[in-house]
Amino acid sequence: MELLGLYHYWVFVVLLMIGFYAVVAKVNLIKKLIGLSLFQSAVFLLYITMSKVSGGTAPIVLPGMVDPLYSNPLPQVLILTAIVVGISTTALGLGIVVRIKEEYGTTEEHEIQEIDRR
Amino acid sequence: MAWAAATAASAASFAIAVQLTAGVLGGQEYRYALGGWPAPYGIELLVDSFSALLLLIATGASTLALLAGKASLEGEIELRRQPLFYSAWLLALAGFAGILVAADAFNIFVFMEISSLSSYVLVAGGPDRRALPAVFKYLLMGTIGATFYLIGVGLVYMMTGTLNLADMELRIHEVADQKPILVAAGFITVGLALKAALFPLHVWLPNAYTYAPHAVSAFFAACATKVALYVLLRFDFVVFQQNLTGHDQQFAAYLMPLAVLAILFGSAVALFESNLKRLLAYSSVAQIGYILLGASLVTIGGLSASLLHMFNHALAKGALFLAVMAIAMRYSRLDLQHLAGAAKRMPWTLSALVVAGLSLIGVPGTAGFISKWYLVTAALDEGALGIALVAVIVVGSLMAVVYIWRIVEAAWFEPADDSATGPAGTIREAPVAMLAIVWLAALANIYFGLATDLPRELATRAAISLLGHLP
Amino acid sequence: MTIVFGIFLLTLLVITALGIVHTRNLFVAVMLLGIFSLLIALNFFILDAADVALTEAAVGAGISTVLFLGALALTSERERLGTRHRWLSLAVVASATLVVLYATFDKPRFGDPNAPVHQHVAPWYLEKTPEYVDIPNVVTAVLGSFRGYDTLGEVFVVFTAGIGVLFLLSSRRGGANHRPPGERDASGIGLREHVIPRVVGRLLVPFILLFGLYVQFHGEYGPGGGFQAGALIAAAFILYALIEGEDRTLAAVPQRWLNALMVGGALLYGGVGLAGIVLGSNFLDYSVLGADPVAGQHLGIILIEAGVGMTVTGTLLSIFHAFAARDRA
Repeated sequence: MELLGLYHYWVFVVLLMIGFYAVVAKVNLIKKLIGLSLFQSAVFLLYITMSKVSGGTAPIVLPGMVDPLYSNPLPQVLILTAIVVGISTTALGLGIVVRIKEEYGTTEEHEIQEIDRR
Repeated sequence: MAWAAATAASAASFAIAVQLTAGVLGGQEYRYALGGWPAPYGIELLVDSFSALLLLIATGASTLALLAGKASLEGEIELRRQPLFYSAWLLALAGFAGILVAADAFNIFVFMEISSLSSYVLVAGGPDRRALPAVFKYLLMGTIGATFYLIGVGLVYMMTGTLNLADMELRIHEVADQKPILVAAGFITVGLALKAALFPLHVWLPNAYTYAPHAVSAFFAACATKVALYVLLRFDFVVFQQNLTGHDQQFAAYLMPLAVLAILFGSAVALFESNLKRLLAYSSVAQIGYILLGASLVTIGGLSASLLHMFNHALAKGALFLAVMAIAMRYSRLDLQHLAGAAKRMPWTLSALVVAGLSLIGVPGTAGFISKWYLVTAALDEGALGIALVAVIVVGSLMAVVYIWRIVEAAWFEPADDSATGPAGTIREAPVAMLAIVWLAALANIYFGLATDLPRELATRAAISLLGHLP
Repeated sequence: MTIVFGIFLLTLLVITALGIVHTRNLFVAVMLLGIFSLLIALNFFILDAADVALTEAAVGAGISTVLFLGALALTSERERLGTRHRWLSLAVVASATLVVLYATFDKPRFGDPNAPVHQHVAPWYLEKTPEYVDIPNVVTAVLGSFRGYDTLGEVFVVFTAGIGVLFLLSSRRGGANHRPPGERDASGIGLREHVIPRVVGRLLVPFILLFGLYVQFHGEYGPGGGFQAGALIAAAFILYALIEGEDRTLAAVPQRWLNALMVGGALLYGGVGLAGIVLGSNFLDYSVLGADPVAGQHLGIILIEAGVGMTVTGTLLSIFHAFAARDRA
């Protein structure tokens, strides 16, 4: 169980950095947004990993349960909000990329900078 | 119509902010439990002197920018899109206000995202297509910043079990100095530094402020980054400072050099910048350095100087950008060479700009002088290091003199260039309504340079309350 | 057994993420992103986060994929230049990785019920929900009532995104890519020529709608709630639009209705909050809405979840239409 816990956190770190790398190093604007999406999903994994209680179950209190052990509901609430915030940001970002394509004719960052330099 | 509704709402919030400030100065601290649930189980709102100071700035900046900006915005945004634009403006103001009254770490995140998303919309609203790549970069960096903040809050929650700031302060004692808390402090600081445009994470700011609609630049220059600094200082002083051994020295050790670099770098680039708005944007990067310099001293003097500078810089920069907005009504290009001789055509506007510029430099009699004076006196308490810091402040101010002088020189002493006539044909003075507000903002700089009690009182109280959390 | 499965899922996640970043074909990347969302939703489910799994699947795998594909249709599908400053970026990323890994060493043991995160606030919610709110799903109770103000903020985030996309994509098309107005491609007509998607899709749409409504109202008793329901109902209409074409979908649910949904939902939520003040208590206090506090809580939560569902449906559909219509502006 300990290995699984540590593995969860390491995967969080790896996913976080893969996403961050995509945002920073990739040139295509949509690829950057995809990287941002990965970056945010990694954070969701962090929160939900910490909410798990061994031997627990989903925090739904039903009558007739014998000595129940529940996982933590609070991080789940926070991540529900964060997921929605994430898609809102993605939608807005995609809208900006579409407008950039219309105005500049390209979605590659270096080409846009080149056009603006002229 | 949409403008009227937005301005009315903004003015109403300013009135409420004034009332809250009056209450806070009377010694009252406002707490409100949403949904009737007591903190930390429910979400709590808190208004103290620090919040009140910044609420005045945010609501005031919004109201003045809207009042002055009607004609400017009508020119920059198509009529059928204006309702959406003004909705985004109000959402941005709501986001800022929500951050400033929040006492719950995750609530701050939610409102930070409301203000950020609406900011992206506002900056992209203008006709200049270069705003679009600028806002995309702003979106990427802003979202990374917000996500770093979220990671930090998650790590702190993991170790303390609560999201309420006051509660965190108590519970973090037992787990202080463990690795997740240290890393959390780092993430929160870096995330908020991204949003506050602290050097070297400031790269989104110049382009965003330059290509945004002019009224938006005025609004954001006055308050947007300061709200992020507010969260940074509150988190740091309330939650982290007292609980991590030597954190006050670490805070100083990391932030002071960055603040110094921000002052020097920002002012230096402004010296060579030819676009008026971008010049002022880099000046803002430098001013954020001043604010953090005061905070990194971790003394009552330094911190109150820092908070006072938030207020005074908002006055100065806000007035400057409002004046630029007035100039932009007549001149289509804002490069210094195209503004040659502008003072003969628009004497009132340029004079207001000079007044605000003097406040930015810190000439005695203006608001800017007061905060720089406090900053210098606070720095001198630090001995040898203090002398070096004072030197940096003086150098920065001298550079400010130079870049403001460049504007003055172009406007007054260069022969007028007739090829730069704006949409009006022959250049005349800005519209009276706009000019009146611009002068109101400029004169406010002088007023608060002479009648300093209100901001000084708020800033000092806020500093005392923040530092009161220290052991 | 769960350990092996958990490790397997997590490894698949990493492989998928690497694939996403590596591929130069953006269509492939978006599809892999959808798969990534589904895998992470599975992981959430194993970690007992049922509501979150449902939301991630509906929003991340469903809506997000559609929006990305919509944007790809308007831009281009391949990356031209892949990476810039590769070594600098890798260096920054590597050092950041080490810093974050450093943080994972002192954290509490995975699943430990005595960890600080499970003390203090969380047991209070689990204990007091039956008493104060009396609904089985504690997550909905916390989301809707105890931390209802955050959810109000979240509704406004969605609303802001809707306003933002409408604002950005309502500007007149300028620049290099203007297509002459007479020319239309097949996107307006949908997939009507393809029999299988058409038949199956038409069969599915009413069931998806029904499921969406079920999730909306059942959110108090099991996993579900306004956000998931909003995403599902929007997905049903998007499916219809993909098959039958955007014109017929707009005829079925005009933009005016979508605007009304967007604004109405947010107003409903705010209104419920204000009702709390009008009836003598605090903002968003539902206890005063009904005959007794618990009935008030029930009523409050139903109303605000409805508000959330309305705004999310209206916004997601508006954003979809904004992308779909841009091509034919």
